[in-house]
Amino acid sequence: MKRPNEMSITFTALSENEAFARVAVAAFVSQLNPTMEELTEIKTVVSEAVTNAIIHGYPDLIGDVFLHCKILGDRMELVVEDHGVGIDDLETVRQPLFTSRPELERSGMGFTIMESFVDEFEVTSEVGMGTRLRLVKRMAAQQVAAGNEV
Amino acid sequence: MKVKLESAHRGSMLIASLSGELDDHEADTVRTILDREMEKSGAKRLVLDLADLTFMDSSGLGVILGRYRKLKAQGGQMAIANVSPTVSKLFEISGIRKIMTVYRKREDAVHALKEEAL
Repeated sequence: MKRPNEMSITFTALSENEAFARVAVAAFVSQLNPTMEELTEIKTVVSEAVTNAIIHGYPDLIGDVFLHCKILGDRMELVVEDHGVGIDDLETVRQPLFTSRPELERSGMGFTIMESFVDEFEVTSEVGMGTRLRLVKRMAAQQVAAGNEV
Repeated sequence: MKVKLESAHRGSMLIASLSGELDDHEADTVRTILDREMEKSGAKRLVLDLADLTFMDSSGLGVILGRYRKLKAQGGQMAIANVSPTVSKLFEISGIRKIMTVYRKREDAVHALKEEAL
């Protein structure tokens, strides 16, 4: 069986690493020939997931963010994980405009944006253990190329 | 991240051109500059020109919504110009389009706010 192409990065939960995470994932998935728009959407999704881990996962300490990216045919799978405080009410957190940190002037749109830009979205969380986001996005351009194969 | 500021209509309007990437790391800087300049100039109208913005996520939406709420509370106005397709999508998803007009050109945004103020 062919081994899927994947990569993992662990980095300190500091906001200056958000741009690094976006660029690293964008560079890795470029082999799927995404369109500019798809690439920007992927960067946005990475940014939202990583920012959530930094701000909400670790509100009082600087932990680590674990990022894992896998190429699955014409799709990319992204997993972003923190070992922080966790979320006790996933339903509320997923509501548009909800933010647990209004003092930071957050828009509360992070989860809604992620859900809009990917094909599959999954959140698992345990209070005191951390949160794991799993997202899958299919590249439309790649789909066309695959469809042309005989 | 750079914020270039210009004043228009005898100081009653501030035009801020954002360039670079507006994420959570840069949000505080942009917020501080805009609030400081609006206060210093006494301007009640703000045009955000996003032509040179290469990336923005929901942290940027937070900055925009925050400035909108502040201006609105003071009887001010705000408009946005030159958004990329992805930022346009973010505006759509977040409902910003329902409360603020997004103009294709910066001149249109400046003109619209000037007209509204009359």
